Amino acid sequence: MVETSSRASPAAPSVARAYGAVIRSRVAAQTAYRGSFAFEVVGQFAIGLVDFSEIYVVFHQVRAFGGFRFAEVALMFGLATCAFTLGDIAVGHVERLPDYVRSGQFDAMLLRPLPALGQLVTSDFSLRRLGRFAFALVVLAASVSRAHIHWTPARVGLLAVTPVAGAVIFCAIFVATATVSFWLVEGTEFANAFTYGGNYLSSMPFTIFDRAVRSFFTFVVPAAFVGYLPALALLGRDDPLGLPSWLSWSGPLVALLAAAVAGLVWRTGLRHYVGAGS
Amino acid sequence: MIVDVEHLRRDYVVRRRAGRFARTRHVVTAVDDVSFSIAPGECLGYIGANGAGKSTTIKMLMGILLPTAGRVRICGLEPVAQRTVLARRVGAVFGQRSQLWWDLPLADSFRLLGAIHRLPEALWRSRLRECADQLELDELFPTPVRELSLGQRMRGEVAAALLHSPELLVLDEPTIGLDLLSKERLRGFLARERTERGTTILLTTHDLTDIERLSDRILVIDHGRLAFDGTLPALVSRVGAERVLVVDLVEPAAPLADVPGTVLRTVEAGGLRQHLAFRPEQTTAAAVVAAVAGRVQLRDLAITEPDIEDVVRRLYLSGG
Repeated sequence: MVETSSRASPAAPSVARAYGAVIRSRVAAQTAYRGSFAFEVVGQFAIGLVDFSEIYVVFHQVRAFGGFRFAEVALMFGLATCAFTLGDIAVGHVERLPDYVRSGQFDAMLLRPLPALGQLVTSDFSLRRLGRFAFALVVLAASVSRAHIHWTPARVGLLAVTPVAGAVIFCAIFVATATVSFWLVEGTEFANAFTYGGNYLSSMPFTIFDRAVRSFFTFVVPAAFVGYLPALALLGRDDPLGLPSWLSWSGPLVALLAAAVAGLVWRTGLRHYVGAGS
Repeated sequence: MIVDVEHLRRDYVVRRRAGRFARTRHVVTAVDDVSFSIAPGECLGYIGANGAGKSTTIKMLMGILLPTAGRVRICGLEPVAQRTVLARRVGAVFGQRSQLWWDLPLADSFRLLGAIHRLPEALWRSRLRECADQLELDELFPTPVRELSLGQRMRGEVAAALLHSPELLVLDEPTIGLDLLSKERLRGFLARERTERGTTILLTTHDLTDIERLSDRILVIDHGRLAFDGTLPALVSRVGAERVLVVDLVEPAAPLADVPGTVLRTVEAGGLRQHLAFRPEQTTAAAVVAAVAGRVQLRDLAITEPDIEDVVRRLYLSGG
């Protein structure tokens, strides 16, 4: 009801070109100061390194963590961090929605002839996070070659699709939790618990968490489908905690489902914002 | 009718603390049973005190807020349900809701808006040329929006709202904070936009001169209700608003108590400065000035206009 797409006349430029122009301008604005941009990218690479050192330190003390060897946990970390950084680059800035609402910038978006979510998503891109993504790719490549994976075409496909599916899952989490700020003025902390919290959990073997946390971050916030479960499928291992093995292969499906749910949450939030709800 | 509003109402639910956990729920009606319509090419002044319901009405017209009750049609469309379609046919300059990208040069904002409104290249180019010439924007094109002065930014905002040649232009306090020259230039531009293109304008303002220069019709909203719908002279005569002529004389003179159609309000500096109030429907400023000049020698003069808050207050006191 709230979003209605408009039809352009045949001679007019398309919606895709409209978004293209906006995205190009955002990229240009960020990379305008080359020196500082390069510095930020390197800084993000370093942050990835620090995150990973946590796992490295643990394996300096023990040979297995949660029942998994170093290369296996690194595989989970690599998958999860690739997914998170991609999702963060694409839509991470939706967490600024409360500021946009307060400053009136969100209303300005509603006065333009494009869907509000599309404008919000294309309003910025944190390209400096490419540094962290690059580090995650290095970890992923190194762990894949050392984790003794028995390669089949299905596993190659799963490895290729998983970071993208994981990114979609994180995009969904970002959008759904940012929407909360339509109801709560200070919704950012709430959102962070799921986005950054989800990122942390998804890069760990789920065997180390207790049952309630595991269930919540598998079936409510699907963080398990980003790193842990696809890693099990790639390694050919069953879930030590008894989840059926087909679930380890369902990341891409779960991603579609998460995106659909996030879309619904957004629509409900926008309806509330324009005063159609409550 | 380009704007059609029938029995429009908007309630807000306000929750207040009433103890540690308890909240009481109050319904506040911001806009109450408002009906009006605007014909194509008309310029309507929408005035009222702060908090009277102006912004709430505009939000409902633009599709940012859903009415609690009543019916709104803009260009025949239902604003909230058809918001993105409507956005291509209306333009708005609305408070803090800037359409410009603060971190980009002004020219880039117009390029982006052209893309967002999906304007064909040639159309976009010619329309931007037109706006840039009339609002003198060329010199500002390379400047990042965050570095523009208030007046410069307002010219940019008006151009941004008009770039897609909307049928309806909604302006919320377009001249607030501008210096006299900028105000006058902006009014001149809006008046031309209306006569040359037939653009319909809805304007909220605290400045009666905006209304005098631009609008042929005024709506006054007070406490959410429509208190007046008519022309400015009709409003002024109804509430008995006064203009005041302030004259500075070359030499002190006796109080000018006998000028036809005026009432002597105050005498300052031993008769060097005198304030004469008159009602616009009874006499004209020119007649009063001529009558004063016939009696004494003038050094300087000024006319103070009735202030809009004052007019609205008088309207309210006179029983709506």
